[in-house]
Amino acid sequence: MAEYLTLFIGAVIINNFVLTKFLGLCIFFGISKSFSASVGMGMAVTSVMTMSSILAWIVYFFVLEPLGVTFLTTIVFVVLTASFVQLLELVIKKQAPALYNMWGIYLLLIATNCIVLAVPLLNVENSYSLLKSIVFAIGSGLGFALAIALMASLREKLVYADVPKPLQGIGIAFILAGMLSLAFLGFSGML
Amino acid sequence: METAIYIIVVLVGVGTFFGLVLALADKKFAMESNPLIAEVEDILPKGQCGACGFAGCAKYAEAVVEDPEVAPNLCVPGKAAVAAKVAELTGKKAEATEPHYAYLKCRGNLTAAVMAARYEGVPDCAAVRLVGGGPKGCKFGCLGFGNCVKACPFGALSMGEDGLPVVDKEICTGCGKCVETCPQGLMALKTFGAPVEVTCSSHDKGPAAKKACQNACIGCGLCMRNCSQGAIKVENFLAVVDSAKCAGCTEPTCLSKCPTKAIQSLVKAHAAQEKTA
Repeated sequence: MAEYLTLFIGAVIINNFVLTKFLGLCIFFGISKSFSASVGMGMAVTSVMTMSSILAWIVYFFVLEPLGVTFLTTIVFVVLTASFVQLLELVIKKQAPALYNMWGIYLLLIATNCIVLAVPLLNVENSYSLLKSIVFAIGSGLGFALAIALMASLREKLVYADVPKPLQGIGIAFILAGMLSLAFLGFSGML
Repeated sequence: METAIYIIVVLVGVGTFFGLVLALADKKFAMESNPLIAEVEDILPKGQCGACGFAGCAKYAEAVVEDPEVAPNLCVPGKAAVAAKVAELTGKKAEATEPHYAYLKCRGNLTAAVMAARYEGVPDCAAVRLVGGGPKGCKFGCLGFGNCVKACPFGALSMGEDGLPVVDKEICTGCGKCVETCPQGLMALKTFGAPVEVTCSSHDKGPAAKKACQNACIGCGLCMRNCSQGAIKVENFLAVVDSAKCAGCTEPTCLSKCPTKAIQSLVKAHAAQEKTA
């Protein structure tokens, strides 16, 4: 149990994908302008990542490893996550329109997101069990949601700040992300 | 050699598998959309103002076609003409839309209002308001940085030379975007009806209100006592017109009685609006 908790906390805070490993930065800057959108994005990433991790784990341990072609992992996972997101979009559009309205627009952005690819890759690289993979994926997803929600709340406040002209917009957002990352580095070595 | 075969098998296999799954899913979960929706959307003014209560014109078109409960006259900017066409297309009963237009409840222009401070910062009403309620002596009045002008999807608002926004009543569709936007809550939607309106929002006591702005309502109650319809009440040092009671009045004595001209006639505005309706 303690092992899973460590893995989970580690993925959420200490090894936060966005703020300590600098993955998924494109959506992190793209969506973090409004708080509600960023929470929607965080949720979408978490669920997609969990499901694609399960799928990737099965493909790796039942197809790639027995055949001895593990060097194909990256390319297979790219195809896998991208098509999975497409499939998910089609299904929820039809089956759960309410859910689609909530995070349908973010789904296609996730298709090419590096976090969604990185988590299944790290899972198999560390030879995690299926349960561990799921815990790690949920943790990483929530870590991403936390980071993007924090950033969005900061950027919403930033509207009222007197930012020097050359730094307005994405410039100050980069500086802000750097400071946020520094703050998160304070967690390193905790576990 | 064996590995090479596996590579081909795996890649072709994975590619074909997902290709087939996606193709099947596309067939199985295909969404057929009603061509009527596009037709209705074509009629709507496309200001994406959201006055109908939906997130944009496309959403309203979808709702009005699919949901029998959604009325065809919700598009305020479209006025009666659009409502009639939407009703015709969707087979619903057309009810008249009441035309609205935006109206500023403040006359604290640059000459009338006293400045208590100078503001140098982000030119945005919401931001100015955070700094001690704005630079004007009156904390209820128009801040003059034109958030309403920026919010107007139809370009009906402009910033006047006297520091107050001007509503072009011939363009204004009454969508209410500015009403939501104004951080001071100074924009109101008016309909035809009441011939007068109070153009002040100050709840300051008489002397304080007068000191901050020449055009302020000082809550003296002269209008209340002289109104033949009993339509005006002074609440919290501010006169309030009950438009339902005021509507039939042909000789508004309040206009001449108001010592600060905080009550203004709407007759001209109504006339301008009637031309475009």
